[in-house]
Amino acid sequence: MRLIDENGLRVDGRRLDELRPIKMEVGLLDKADGSAYIEQGKNRIVAAVYGPREAHPKHIALVERAVIKCRYHMAPFSVEERKSPAPSRRELELSKVIREALETSIMSELYPRTSIDIFIEVLQSDGGSRCAGITAASLALADAGIPLREIVAACAVGKIEGKIALDPSDIEDKEGEADLPVAFMPKSNAITLIQMDGSFTEEEFNQALDTAIPACKKINEMQIEALKRKYVTVKEQAEERAA
Amino acid sequence: MTIFAEKKQLVAPGELLAEGSYFPGENTYREGNKIYASRIGLADSVANKLVVVPLKGCYVPRIDDFVIGRVVDIAMSGWIVDISAPYPAMLPLSETPAARGMTARKDLTRFFNVGDLVMAEVIAFDRTRDPLLTVRGRGLGKVSSGRVVHISPAKIPRLIGRKGSMISMLKKMTGCEIVVGQNGTVLVSGRQPKNEQTAVAAMFMIEREAHTRGLTDRVSEMMSRELR
Amino acid sequence: MSSTPQSPPIAKFEQKSVVDLIAKGRRIDERKPTDYRNMKIETGLVQKANGSALVHLGKTKVMTGIKVELGEPFPDTPNQGVLTVNAELVPLASPSFEPGPPSEGAIEIARVVDRGLRESKAIPLEALCIDPGKKVVVVFVDVYVLDHDGNLIDASAISALAALLTSKVKRFELKDGEARVKDELVPLEIRNEPVPVTTAKIEEYMVLDPCLEEELVMKSRLTVTTGRDGNICAMQKGGLGAFTDQEIRQAVRTAIEKGREIRDIIKGATLEK
Repeated sequence: MRLIDENGLRVDGRRLDELRPIKMEVGLLDKADGSAYIEQGKNRIVAAVYGPREAHPKHIALVERAVIKCRYHMAPFSVEERKSPAPSRRELELSKVIREALETSIMSELYPRTSIDIFIEVLQSDGGSRCAGITAASLALADAGIPLREIVAACAVGKIEGKIALDPSDIEDKEGEADLPVAFMPKSNAITLIQMDGSFTEEEFNQALDTAIPACKKINEMQIEALKRKYVTVKEQAEERAA
Repeated sequence: MTIFAEKKQLVAPGELLAEGSYFPGENTYREGNKIYASRIGLADSVANKLVVVPLKGCYVPRIDDFVIGRVVDIAMSGWIVDISAPYPAMLPLSETPAARGMTARKDLTRFFNVGDLVMAEVIAFDRTRDPLLTVRGRGLGKVSSGRVVHISPAKIPRLIGRKGSMISMLKKMTGCEIVVGQNGTVLVSGRQPKNEQTAVAAMFMIEREAHTRGLTDRVSEMMSRELR
Repeated sequence: MSSTPQSPPIAKFEQKSVVDLIAKGRRIDERKPTDYRNMKIETGLVQKANGSALVHLGKTKVMTGIKVELGEPFPDTPNQGVLTVNAELVPLASPSFEPGPPSEGAIEIARVVDRGLRESKAIPLEALCIDPGKKVVVVFVDVYVLDHDGNLIDASAISALAALLTSKVKRFELKDGEARVKDELVPLEIRNEPVPVTTAKIEEYMVLDPCLEEELVMKSRLTVTTGRDGNICAMQKGGLGAFTDQEIRQAVRTAIEKGREIRDIIKGATLEK
């Protein structure tokens, strides 16, 4: 099947440098200290944060800082063929790299001997779910009032039919030639997650990275807007009622 | 030297607040000569210090804080109290009035049992130890009646108001007794259910709209309407 | 669930001395920032395996055994053989390894080694299909870390590659609808040599092939796996820190060049004698 048509458009009608439509919502869960929901293309992912709270079990607590715990998990109904609820090796690896992507941003020294727990549930997966998961989790951390250096944004870049393509969907990931997920903190110019599988020449890789970074910056702006929107809406509604 | 954020401006983590020789206050941090916000909240500056008044956050105990907590366990010589902080608090037997030579578990439950609510004060807390409480003092001890409400600890300063103005208004208008714990737990006690209900509604309204202008008037107006 | 790992306590002055040395261009074991430790590759130690290799990288020791068997293909790839990589951090390798199911560290090593082999198409999976949908060749790559002195990913991948390059398998063929095993031994066909190069970031300095002491001080690491043609086939950042995009591009450049050197060493050690 062709991934790019004669007009240079992809299977879902996007150009090579276009992100999928993204929707973000902050603070949708009641019990969690912080939460966020993201839709990116067909991805539907919810992230929640509890903490800082007592570390369980006690022996994992760190003397100088908070322990960060992270669970990336896919719902059994999130993919075409039902996935077993038991954590797969992929989910275990992703839980690790996602935790590491977020750790730098968290000022964990402020809460020694506690635990900050991050849960990412993928309700529907369509390529780039670890990136969307990081984007949502970082928002959930901010929503929980956890002190952060900045909010982390993430996006993947692929290679389809020899061309660099931004934000590949599942079919483009499966049929394409390379996949490069990146998590980025724009202000610090810090890449906190980078993985790759497939095949890139050095030049293609540099081009892919050049595409990922501005996309992450754009997503970061959306995150800040979504975070503030929650409070701005309350403000506007309240002041409107008084008027 | 420039301040980029306006007073009361909503800022998000990582946003640039100021550049130059300013001091990083609460919920901000410095990198080089720039000051950034680390929490979502309202920016403010006091003299040369930039701060962010947080809209959300857990309760971090401070010495002398008045808190309302729940006993969750009985230890060798005291009680473990949940004060909604990331650390469990300890109330030693020695910090209760009239505790003399009693150490057996049976005796401890004569004072407080698991599930009891206590009004206490924080007497010690630092990075290496869990908070220590006392109930020796006026107005401290077991809670025996009233309605318990949980408010986000970040909003407690707004609930109290400048020099207690907001909480006084609530007490006066509803005639209720209201005891506010710094940890976000509030005890309300009124003679009429309607008055209690109104006081609670006012608290949730303050919690929700803490970051808006004209809040005091709106709360006052809401309470008048409800109490009519 | 992944948790921030406990790290052995280290005094500030000890950390500082490692960093100060690197600032002067030397490392605690006298290496230059771009030097790998002494590498020794021994193959054929386990005759019961189709192939095996023990790699010494400084004091790190990793052994990989290859077992080739007949099995069923995955339902969504009926025409392909199966490659499966597993890694174990056996408890005798380090005081910090405990018995039990694979830790996230072991899983990460296995998956990065797998990605290098798979994405570089080192093993031609289509050629391992005997009876489409029914019988294929399954290649088991089992990585066994025996002594942990840092840079387990590189040592594991090099050991896996060396074991594969020296693997001998019986020929399988389809006769009368049944898979038959012929007695003659032939080398396993390997079409690429994916080589990982891991860079550690210590403060703002980048060093290759970190030893354990350096890993205790490093903020993050970046592994870049390249194939014969210099193409990048896998990449993995690990650790609690971050890299600037310049540092990443530089690490990629270094990996392509260093990868060639290491590939030559591996090929030299695994040539038919």
